[in-house]
Amino acid sequence: MRLVLVGTSHHRAPVELREQLYVGTPENPVLVRRLAAAEGEAVALSTCNRTELYVVDSDPEVAQERAFAELAALGGLTESEIAPSLYTLTDDAAALHLFRVAASLDSMIPGEAQILGQVRGAYETAKAAGTAGPILHRLFRQALRVGRRVRAETAIGENPASISSAAAELAERVFGTLEGRRILVLGAGKMSDLAAVNLISRGVESVFVANRSVERAERLAKRFGGRAAGLDAVESELEDVDIVVASTGARGFVLSKEQVERAMKKRRGRPIFFVDIAVPRDVDPAVNELEGCYVYDVDDLERVVEESVAGRREEAVRAEAIVAEEAERFRAWQLSLDVVPAIASLRARAESIRASELERAGGRLNSLSPSERRAVESLTAQIVNKLLHAPTVRMKQAAAAADGVLYADAVRHLFDLDERDPQARQQGE
Amino acid sequence: MGELALILVWPALAGYLEAAVAYVGDGLHPGRLSRFAIWGVRVGWLAQTALLVVQAARADGFPWSTWAGSLNLFVWLVVGAYLIWGCRAPYRLLGLLVMPLAAMLFLIAWASGGAGSDGGSEVGDLFLAFHVGLILAAFAGFTLAAGLAALYLWQERRLKSHAPGVLRQRAPSQAALDTLTGRTVLVALPALTLGLAVGFARLGSEGGGFDALMAVAVLTWAAYTAFLVLRFEAGWRGRRTAYLALAAFALVVTALVPVAHF
Repeated sequence: MRLVLVGTSHHRAPVELREQLYVGTPENPVLVRRLAAAEGEAVALSTCNRTELYVVDSDPEVAQERAFAELAALGGLTESEIAPSLYTLTDDAAALHLFRVAASLDSMIPGEAQILGQVRGAYETAKAAGTAGPILHRLFRQALRVGRRVRAETAIGENPASISSAAAELAERVFGTLEGRRILVLGAGKMSDLAAVNLISRGVESVFVANRSVERAERLAKRFGGRAAGLDAVESELEDVDIVVASTGARGFVLSKEQVERAMKKRRGRPIFFVDIAVPRDVDPAVNELEGCYVYDVDDLERVVEESVAGRREEAVRAEAIVAEEAERFRAWQLSLDVVPAIASLRARAESIRASELERAGGRLNSLSPSERRAVESLTAQIVNKLLHAPTVRMKQAAAAADGVLYADAVRHLFDLDERDPQARQQGE
Repeated sequence: MGELALILVWPALAGYLEAAVAYVGDGLHPGRLSRFAIWGVRVGWLAQTALLVVQAARADGFPWSTWAGSLNLFVWLVVGAYLIWGCRAPYRLLGLLVMPLAAMLFLIAWASGGAGSDGGSEVGDLFLAFHVGLILAAFAGFTLAAGLAALYLWQERRLKSHAPGVLRQRAPSQAALDTLTGRTVLVALPALTLGLAVGFARLGSEGGGFDALMAVAVLTWAAYTAFLVLRFEAGWRGRRTAYLALAAFALVVTALVPVAHF
């Protein structure tokens, strides 16, 4: 059986095509059943950045044709039209690719956390649809392990990759958890909205929106279940809030050092974190000099993001080593599949000879006590095991060196093995 | 028994030194050596625990009555206190401050005979166990509080200067460091109070003069009491309490150590 991957991703296809190729949750089981056909296996991994079909079949060309046809149908294109946007990988290369995907090394932002859950989801769907057989079971379980290992053994996913998440993580570095914290949003534009959403997703308790136009402030506050007011209420609110997100379109500073200094006296040393993403800036940079005040403008945040993305790239090198190690392990396992039926046949043959010879000698062994009889059984089984140990090991080694098929054929020929023998098949499984 | 103590000194020292080196490496390349560091701390501390057990079993009286012996016990208490939360990833950075100090002090204690299994005090065991044990436990707490305060100030500087790599180094939040500094002193000060009370009770019953060492101990007590009053009553937080914790610790180091030795 061969493993074939046909798919596309953000590297090859524009978002318009990726949208068309997206396989939703209801369609996924139907698609994988069609792809798996009679005796094959199939998993469809579909996210906003990729749609990849993993198919196992005895004939890789047939599997590839089926996958091409399905993707062309999804895109509403002919196979020749869609072909430039697709990539096809087989066996080791396909496994290596999936491991890189699960480790988020193939993602737009290396280290993003969602992909592992998406790989797990695709695998679970195929399992439920009954299209994940032994090879895809092994492949996807190992891919999930690769993803977990990379996250545990490297720091690839630990640093922020966007300005809003950098702001939120810096705030966490000041306050610890953001649960129960209060946030003041200055300005009611798109940027304030984005930054506030990220902070709220981390547990910020209450939101106060201040804007020149109170009506717009109320609209944004309503979205977050908060309160709204004009900019003149800002100074009094500074006494209570923990985080200030500033993004107004004002020409000068909305918050001066003196205003903040007055508020800090009433805060009894409680720190305050300013995220100033407005250009021109809303918060006087001199506020950063005050004890307990931390001011980050858009340039500061961008530098933090650049540094952390660079850090992710450094960690990606370590992650690649883990992926390569796991891919090698999968390759060794897959190659061993070539010799497993021959090994099972050989062992079944030996066992049947042992059993029949014991039966033939039954008359002569009748005088033995039960314990002596067990000793003879054990002795003969040990002889068989010791005789077969070396050829079994050698065949597995040969399989790892890609000579497994040759050795397996030689063993079948020398010992006149027939894998259609039900006992051998049972052992192989 | 003496050989056994010597055998246990080596893994303890090796563990602490390995942890110190690994923490320095982890500081340069975050995340890569922290596991080695924490295992070094664990192995070293377990070996030192076994060493203390051997010393206690061998000694006729209280085995850590000499300054070198006290140093040995002090290192064990500091590392034990660090282990309470030092295994958690954000606090590992604290090991960069604690473990080189622990390794150095343990080395001094061993070189000065404080890690051997001979000796013991003729003074009553119970009195010394309470008095010395409590005071050393308090000083271990103050050492840790100073480490936390130093970490607070270091991180505050990085946050204030907008260091681009500020998030690459895993560290506790400023709020956590500030809270823990206060709580550590809050736990350590009653131990010092009780230790001093036991000492003064004995002084009262058996007689003796009020010496320089006692004066410094009382001064230390006053400094940390002031810390707690300012931290929990006057509402001091952050940078000011961090400086205060460091100043009080500096008092311990600069006054107590020379007075104890000379």
